[in-house]
Amino acid sequence: MFNFETSLGQASFANPIFTASGCAGSGRELSQFFELTELGAVVTKSIMLKPRSGRATPRMAETPSGMLNSIGLQGPGIDIFLEKDIPWLRDQGANIVVSIAGESVEDYAVLARKLRSVSGISALEVNISCPNVENRGQVFACHPETARAAIEAVRRNIGGELPIIAKLTPDVTSIAMIAEEVVAAGADALALINTVLGMVIDTNTMRPKLAGKTGGLSGPAIRPVAVRAIYQVHEAMPQVKILGMGGVATGRDAFELILAGASAVSIGTATFGNPTAVMKIKEELKAGLIAHGFDSLKEAVGYAHRVEGNL
Amino acid sequence: MMGINKNAVQVMAEIVSNKKVGAYNHIVFSVGDIANHAKPGNFVAIAVGGANSAMVLRRAFAIYRTFDKGNSGGLLEIVVAPHGAGSTWLTNQAPGFKVDLIAPLGTAFGIPTQPVRALLVGGGYGSAPLFGLSEVLKNRGCRVDMVLGASTAMKIYAPLDGKRSVNSLTIVTEDGTTGLTGKVTDVLGDIIETNEIDIIYSCGPMGMLEAINQISSNFGVVHQCAIEESMACGIGVCMTCVLPIKGEDGVVRMLRSCIDGPVVDGDTVIWNSKRTIPDGTWGAH
Ligand SMILES: Cc1cc2nc3c(=O)[nH]c(=O)nc-3n(C[C@H](O)[C@H](O)[C@H](O)COP(=O)(O)OP(=O)(O)OC[C@H]3O[C@@H](n4cnc5c(N)ncnc54)[C@H](O)[C@@H]3O)c2cc1C
Ligand SMILES: Cc1cc2nc3c(=O)[nH]c(=O)nc-3n(C[C@H](O)[C@H](O)[C@H](O)COP(=O)(O)O)c2cc1C
Ligand code: FES
Repeated sequence: MFNFETSLGQASFANPIFTASGCAGSGRELSQFFELTELGAVVTKSIMLKPRSGRATPRMAETPSGMLNSIGLQGPGIDIFLEKDIPWLRDQGANIVVSIAGESVEDYAVLARKLRSVSGISALEVNISCPNVENRGQVFACHPETARAAIEAVRRNIGGELPIIAKLTPDVTSIAMIAEEVVAAGADALALINTVLGMVIDTNTMRPKLAGKTGGLSGPAIRPVAVRAIYQVHEAMPQVKILGMGGVATGRDAFELILAGASAVSIGTATFGNPTAVMKIKEELKAGLIAHGFDSLKEAVGYAHRVEGNL
Repeated sequence: MMGINKNAVQVMAEIVSNKKVGAYNHIVFSVGDIANHAKPGNFVAIAVGGANSAMVLRRAFAIYRTFDKGNSGGLLEIVVAPHGAGSTWLTNQAPGFKVDLIAPLGTAFGIPTQPVRALLVGGGYGSAPLFGLSEVLKNRGCRVDMVLGASTAMKIYAPLDGKRSVNSLTIVTEDGTTGLTGKVTDVLGDIIETNEIDIIYSCGPMGMLEAINQISSNFGVVHQCAIEESMACGIGVCMTCVLPIKGEDGVVRMLRSCIDGPVVDGDTVIWNSKRTIPDGTWGAH
């Protein structure tokens, strides 16, 4: 029997294929296309303290093998989210990972307090890397001190067993250095990578295409960046579990991230092109792992790091 | 907030026919049961470019009409303007080819319970969903007038059987190559007054819809329009397709046009808000 199980921090999952935050809403729409219990976990859209309109449109530009987005974390705020989305997801029997985002260290602390006693959540993904919010120059995950402060605030306030997964941006000089910082601050696992900051200029209007000017690049275009980031962080801290993401569209792509060091894989942009992509990727990954002779997913994690000469 | 169209399913749909009509391609797909559930105003989302395409997002097209062919399966038709790479790829696919299609998506035109006098206004390929609507309205005993506009004759989509389904058809082109010269909005006032129009249905470019809404507001006529916002997923999970809409509680929210639209009540839309979030929008700061 092939063992597909995986874990991040203290949380276990039946399989390693998750949705990516912001690419599956809170699961309702996708549940029309497959059972959410088929997923390793549903990672919900990053939720903030207050309702948020998000950015003006246009918010999207398709790019070669990818897309640029600047949603600006549109959402109902934590209170409505806890009242409406979490109970619904629990009723579905889904494994839930809640993603939170804040505008200040205090926001992260308050969000963690609001979530600490909520039942039915497997882990917390802390988005400290969204490049779309105002004050873009000040992305938490771009500076060791602010990355550490945000994660410490969550650690201090979450209490109990709920694992903290810190989500990092690749837009830094050394992602391994930031990763070490947030692990020291109390992160149990890491989510790599968030979107890569980019821009598209419309050559007809001769202005930036997105109303927010810059946006986050996602999709297969960024997969090599994700593989590199995961590889470097796994090399620096092989004991820390990684939830990998970035441009995964096939089982082969998910396998690539796992070889680099990911213990689970989130699927984002691929879902926009195909709502059942996650199911297809899950089956392809399993078949691929078996075809390569692995008895379990865990054996394949970080396999690309094995010393030269070994098979 | 509404949910995804509960009839939406994903299928591999074979192209049954693909013919050039003026500036557009009229494409027919074999879609099975979907044909029984699609309503005028709903749209389809189609994956383009083939398996290893660099185009990662679906393309949205209004459903022109559907047929239930009994045992031989349902048919769904769309009218495509080759615009960029994705829509052009679609217009180049031959019968027999299968595309990954999700339908029906989004809201539908509201159908009045009373036999009213309706005016249908289409811009360019925006006429396509109006013919199916016209049939439904006629079956309800409504009078249906139609105005179609485009920049030039080639961009007027008005098939013969479609023309027969309306009581009157006025065509307007900007260059005068067919019909009257001008814009659809030039003729609306007269028709609304003369034919005592109760409701306007429209589909076309945002600028046209906004201009129609000004006229419908002035005359105090209800206006339902099918809007076209840039969409990444078409199924409600990406939040790229939003536009500001005023709810019954008077609060303006950024709603997803793929879920709460494409058909919306024209008076609830905060028009001309591209590149801004209107003041007072829920969650704006
Ligand atoms: C609800 C709805 C109904 C539509 N109905 C029709 C129809 O019946 N017939 C028809 O010809 N076209 C229709 N369109 C427009 C059609 O979706 C675009 O022309 C098409 O997506 C352009 O893709 P492209 O690759 O050819 O162009 P590109 O400009 O290369 O597309 C790049 C990206 O921008 C998006 N995009 C570009 N233009 C539009 C647009 N006008 N609307 C939405 N997204 C856009 C594309 O989806 C793609 O992701 C409709 C759009 C919507 C939202
Ligand atoms: C439209 C869109 C919205 C996103 N929203 C969020 C978000 O709210 N929180 C977050 O941590 N990441 C967000 N992301 C980033 C994704 O979770 C993911 O890290 C990234 O897109 C790379 O994966 P992909 O290439 O599979 O999409 C968003 C991405 C997209 C495309
Ligand atoms: S197109 Fe993705 S939410 Fe509407």
